[in-house]
Amino acid sequence: MVTGTIFNIQRYSLHDGPGIRTTVFLKGCPLQCWWCHNPEGISLSRELIWHRHKCLGCGACVRACPRKALCFTQANLSYDQEKCDFCMRCVEECPAEAVEVAGQIMTPLEVMAEVEKDRIFFKQSGGGVTISGGEPLAQPQFLLALLKLFRSEGIHTAVDTSGYGRWHDLEQVSRLTDLFLYDLKLMDDSLSRKYTGKSNDLILENLRKLARNHNNIQIRVPLIPGVNDDAENLRAIGQFMRSLGISKMSIHPYHHFGSAKYEKLGRHYKLPHLKPPAAEDVARARGYLERQGIMIIN
Amino acid sequence: MPEPARGLNSRVQKLRLQSLNTAPEISMERAILVTEAYRKYEGAVSVPVLRALTFKHVLENKAICINDGELIVGERGPAPQATPTYPELCCHSLADLQVINDRPKISFAVSAQARQVQQEVIIPYWQGKSMRDRIFSSMSQEWLDCYNAGIFTEFMEQRAPGHTVAGDKIYKQGMLEIQEQIRAVMGRLDFKNDPSAPAKKEQLQAMLICAEAIIHYARRHADKAREMAAAESSRQRKEELEQIARVCERVPAYAPRNFWEALQYYWFVHLGVIIELNTWDSFCPGRLDQHLYPFYREGIENGSLTKELAREMLQCFWIKFNNQPAPPKVGITLQESATYTDFCNINVGGLTAEGSDGVNEVSYLLLDVIDEMRLLQPSTNIQVSRVTPDSFIRRAGEIIRKGWGQPSVFNADAVVQELLNQGKSLVDARCGGTSGCVETGAFGKESYVLTGYFNLPKILEITLHRGVDPRTGKQLGPVTDDPRQCQNFDQLMKAFERQLNHFIDIKIAGNDIIEKLYAETMPAPFLSLIIDDCIERGQDYNAGGARYNTNYIQGVGIGSITDSLAAIKYHLYEQRRFTWDQLLEALRDNFDGAEEMRQFLINKTPRYGNDDDFADELMQEVFGLFYKAVNGRKTVRGGVYRINMLPTTCHVYFGSVIGAMPDGRKAGLPLSEGISPVQGADRKGPTAVIKSAAKMKHLLTGGTLLNLKFTPKLLEGEKGLNSLVALIRAYFELDGHHVQFNVVNKETLIDAQKHPERYRDLIVRVAGYSDYFNNLNEQLQNEIIARTEHAVF
Repeated sequence: MVTGTIFNIQRYSLHDGPGIRTTVFLKGCPLQCWWCHNPEGISLSRELIWHRHKCLGCGACVRACPRKALCFTQANLSYDQEKCDFCMRCVEECPAEAVEVAGQIMTPLEVMAEVEKDRIFFKQSGGGVTISGGEPLAQPQFLLALLKLFRSEGIHTAVDTSGYGRWHDLEQVSRLTDLFLYDLKLMDDSLSRKYTGKSNDLILENLRKLARNHNNIQIRVPLIPGVNDDAENLRAIGQFMRSLGISKMSIHPYHHFGSAKYEKLGRHYKLPHLKPPAAEDVARARGYLERQGIMIIN
Repeated sequence: MPEPARGLNSRVQKLRLQSLNTAPEISMERAILVTEAYRKYEGAVSVPVLRALTFKHVLENKAICINDGELIVGERGPAPQATPTYPELCCHSLADLQVINDRPKISFAVSAQARQVQQEVIIPYWQGKSMRDRIFSSMSQEWLDCYNAGIFTEFMEQRAPGHTVAGDKIYKQGMLEIQEQIRAVMGRLDFKNDPSAPAKKEQLQAMLICAEAIIHYARRHADKAREMAAAESSRQRKEELEQIARVCERVPAYAPRNFWEALQYYWFVHLGVIIELNTWDSFCPGRLDQHLYPFYREGIENGSLTKELAREMLQCFWIKFNNQPAPPKVGITLQESATYTDFCNINVGGLTAEGSDGVNEVSYLLLDVIDEMRLLQPSTNIQVSRVTPDSFIRRAGEIIRKGWGQPSVFNADAVVQELLNQGKSLVDARCGGTSGCVETGAFGKESYVLTGYFNLPKILEITLHRGVDPRTGKQLGPVTDDPRQCQNFDQLMKAFERQLNHFIDIKIAGNDIIEKLYAETMPAPFLSLIIDDCIERGQDYNAGGARYNTNYIQGVGIGSITDSLAAIKYHLYEQRRFTWDQLLEALRDNFDGAEEMRQFLINKTPRYGNDDDFADELMQEVFGLFYKAVNGRKTVRGGVYRINMLPTTCHVYFGSVIGAMPDGRKAGLPLSEGISPVQGADRKGPTAVIKSAAKMKHLLTGGTLLNLKFTPKLLEGEKGLNSLVALIRAYFELDGHHVQFNVVNKETLIDAQKHPERYRDLIVRVAGYSDYFNNLNEQLQNEIIARTEHAVF
């Protein structure tokens, strides 16, 4: 059976589609957005995360590792990615949950067992399951298997995607998805290359195609001050949406809650000094879009 | 200073501020009058008649207080917040009065004069005679040892068995008619064949006296109002006072004819009940929207009432409750219930007697009043059934998300099923509801007495020490198996069950004596007028006169004991990571030098509140054992024992008597409250908490209490409100009994702890009731801060 790598299953998600939802986060994303608040979702492979503030410094993890992949030096835990085979011994032995592995290999049935738990809340609220990431299309076979399973169980499905994936996959996904939450970040291709690491050609093209064969698409715009919150970009997004007959959008103002994760993963965060947009800046962006006939739904 | 509430007119505004800004003080008025009556009548008349004459003497002689501007009149003491004592129940020593005056929280000012009266008049008469003295001198040594060890508490040691709620009788019958009914029953007494006929006659005679006394008491208010009207210069107020006089002449002698009379009638009954005895909990009008609706409808239709007038009357009514703090408590009883709140808990919504949706215009009006008044008392809840409209829950949700803890939310369908399980009739069940914190009752027809909290985790601690309380070294329970010799987990549970049954037996043996003392020496003939079928049976409320008689023992700390058992089962028997010797040593040392083990126990144990069957099944097992030990046992009054799961503030006291526990909790810290998970143990969000909590068999209880703490953001907007409704509906579909919401940021609470002066208005949900954050002691404040906060994801 196909398996996938998941880095979180979040119950009681209220902002990833209608009602009370369980959001399944698939690991792996082809983009490298500077502001990404789930950096542990970028790499397709599993990663070790060390929570410095929880660590007792007892060394249980180092002692537990059968491959001697872990090393404590100068009050810092590091691991050798070559040696680590994610046997989880260090995680099991850590008393304080200071060592974590981002990424768990699961079968669709295992995911279903977790999603199933909140079925009564889906029913009462008109909710369901949302598959997010990372980029769900980065694990297309697993994504399809999940969607088939949820569909067969009568659970409402939403897919939260950057749109960066093979059309062949997206087309199949579209037949099993009740709602798409489709990200649009930058309409200018050179800026897209700069801030997300990829051209937006594929993203826009996929959306054009998707809009032709799916009638429930909501656009999500992360509002990053100084990056994509200018009138020009927002107008371009609005125009593009209108040209495709898509009217609903949610705006997601930048926040820096994800920045601490970069250090834990041993990565560099490119926007250390960026502040979240002020309420009036969000309102201004909202205004641009509403004037173009876009319905802001959050 | 508390802020003025918005949307209130100047009359209500003024009365509200008077209620909020007056500091509670002790009034000796009642104590003096009760002592006078006892000196005069004790020994000369039967006990019920003595109690009735005492009641009459108090009502005939107490000061009559009509506050400036108010429309509903009558105070328990001589003025708002002037709080009587009940020396026949608890005769305070001078040292007690000093403590009551000096303590930083829940204090009452005690004047030098009051102290003098206590010393010269009250103590000489009551010392050694008060119920409290008699109870403690009647208890066995083992009961006293257990009580002092904190295994259980005793509700009746300074408060009378109350815990009942008015039904609809008083809206249909005046006291004169009730007296006729009493006389008819007296006329039918069979002195030839019924050996208890003479006793019944005395009881009925006492009820007659009480009915007369309350009518007279109301008329004293009428006289006072006329007197004030004569001296009043404002024309409007003069007219109001004259109207008050007319109302007080009419009720409670006759059945109420309109909205105003209905409210005033109830209020006289309320005063009668809480003046007669210090009932635990306070009396309550229960299904107020159901009772008032016919009067409201008729008034609107015939033009004598407007919605605005009804609102104002209700606001004035609300203030009356807030003017009466719970009488001062001392000792362990203070610790188990450290609050001024007297647990009046008005029910809104629910079902009609026919089983249809009970929500009406008055229900919405009551929600408006709650919202505008923002008072601790009366507390309010909504009763949600499958047929309750979403719009009603949403309106309640708008108030809930303002974050001051009201209203709480009950499952009306579950309440009906609980009552049916206890053998009540369908109509009595549908007309019932919940009161106090979360307790289910057949309103107007049941005496459902809470007898004491029971410390479940303490039983485990004692089990781990083979019947010895490690705090004192005393052998309190049987010598059960050494846990180190327990070959498997079940063997340990057997030992736990033996200890549990042993302590329940001791608690119930003590209850039997206390129940008999109240039945024989402390009848409540006035309360007996109100609760069916005391009159028909010629039997007192405290002696089994009610149609249904139920005693409760309330289990505390189910989350803490579940996590402790899960830790033992998982780490000692399944994973075998630790040995018994290691664990017992760590517990003995309060985890000193065993922080790694403690973290393991906290973080690597399947814990209750995460929708994890490993832990939740242990919760079910403990619940089942507790249920088996208590449920169905006979009471002195001819009723049966039931369980419920609520703590008031007792989880803090119970925690203070327990050492370190296998769930990683250090010695002395609070236990989990209600059926909520251990503070911080729930990590999978509110749906997981709800799923775990719903695995308890709520329908077998008489009430369970679940607290969910939310950040304000989680309930923002339409989405937040809709999700709240869905959470409630889902929990109730799973037969959950009650859920309440604490909607406040952790940061706010921490700041309030640092700067109490800036947060005098901050009200939080504690456990089945709300209280000013500033009124809570530091431990309880910390406990509330530590509850897991569900945030937006």
